[in-house]
Amino acid sequence: MIDVTINGKKQTCAEGLTLVELLDSLGMTSRAIAVEINQEIQPRDTHCQVEVKDGDILEIVTLVGGG
Amino acid sequence: MTDSILEESSQPLVGSSGADEFCIAGHTFQSRLILGSGKYDSFEVMRESFEVAETQCVTIAVRRERLHDSSGRNILDFVDPKRFVLLPNTAGCYDAETAVRCAKMGREILRGLENPGADWVKLEVLGDSRSLLPDPIELLKATETLVRAGFQVLCYSSDDPIVARRLKDAGATSVMPAGSPIGSGLGVINRNSLQIILEDLKQGDPNYPVIIDAGVGTASDVAVAMELGFDAVLLNTAVARAAAPIRMAEAMKYGVKAGRLAYQSGRIPMSRYASASSPEVGVISKRQR
Repeated sequence: MIDVTINGKKQTCAEGLTLVELLDSLGMTSRAIAVEINQEIQPRDTHCQVEVKDGDILEIVTLVGGG
Repeated sequence: MTDSILEESSQPLVGSSGADEFCIAGHTFQSRLILGSGKYDSFEVMRESFEVAETQCVTIAVRRERLHDSSGRNILDFVDPKRFVLLPNTAGCYDAETAVRCAKMGREILRGLENPGADWVKLEVLGDSRSLLPDPIELLKATETLVRAGFQVLCYSSDDPIVARRLKDAGATSVMPAGSPIGSGLGVINRNSLQIILEDLKQGDPNYPVIIDAGVGTASDVAVAMELGFDAVLLNTAVARAAAPIRMAEAMKYGVKAGRLAYQSGRIPMSRYASASSPEVGVISKRQR
C-alpha cells in the first residue's frame, strides 16, 4: 500500500494503480473532473498511463455553481 | 453642470439595425447578460432563471470533488454545456499561482465536456475576504501567465483606470471592473472611474469588450451600466438571492435591453434649467416671460 493525499485528506491505496484505476476506486467516473498531481495538471488522455506514486498529492476538482 | 457627463462617453449607433450582437473571445452572443450560477436555493430555480433571462453564457466555479457524495446531483445536469457557453472562474483564489492552477483545471474540465468556452476564464485574484476586491498586483501576474498559456482572460478588476489599462496591455481579452463589491447590491458607485476606463480601453479600439462585473442590486443598476457604454453585465447574487429570482432574472433581461437601447440612442444632455416641450408661441396666457 502507498500513502497519498487526495483533496487534502491522507489516504492509502494499492501500489501500481493508474490514475484511471484510482478514480474508479473512488467512484469518480464523471467526465466533469480535472486532476492535478503535485500541482501539475494531468490531461484526461494521460489518465490511463499515469501511475500514482507514494507521497503524491492529488487534487480532484469538478464544477459547482459560482459567480 | 450644463453638459451631460453621460453624453461624453456615449457613442450612439444611429441607424443601427438588425442584430446587436456581442462578440468576445470568439463567441457571438445575442444576449449581453452573463449570469452566475452560485447561491441559488435550488438547481431548478437556477435553470428557470437562466431560461427567463435568455442568457447564453453562465459562470461556474471549480471546487474539490467531494469524496463521498451521495446526492449525485451535478450542476451540469441543469446547465447544458451544449447550450450555454460556460465561463469558469477562479473565485476564492488569493494569489496568482493558485488562480493559474484553478484556471487550468477549469479548462481541463471544459475540454472534456467539449464546451466551446474551454480556453477562457473569468480571472479572480482577491485581496481580502471582507471586500472581495481584487489584488491588482497578483491579478496582473496571473493575467500575464495565463495569456502566455493561451487563455482568453477576462479579468475581474477594481474600478481603477490604470489597473484596467495595465490588464489590457498584458493581453486581457476583457477587463471587467466591479460596479461595487461582489454581492453588495450597491450598484454602480463610481461612474466617473468607470467612464474613464471605458474611454481609455475603447480609445482606437471601440470593439474591445468591457463588462461590468459584480455589485448589481437591481435592474436599474444594470440599465445604468449599459447606458454608460459597457458591452455586457455579469451578475449573480442580485438574481439568485432576490425574493423571486425568476422574476428578477426577467427584470435583468429588460434592464440590459433598456440600457443598451438608451446607450445606442444618444441621450440628451443634462441641463440646469428646464426646456419646454410644448410650443412657446401662441400661448393664450398674458404672462410675460
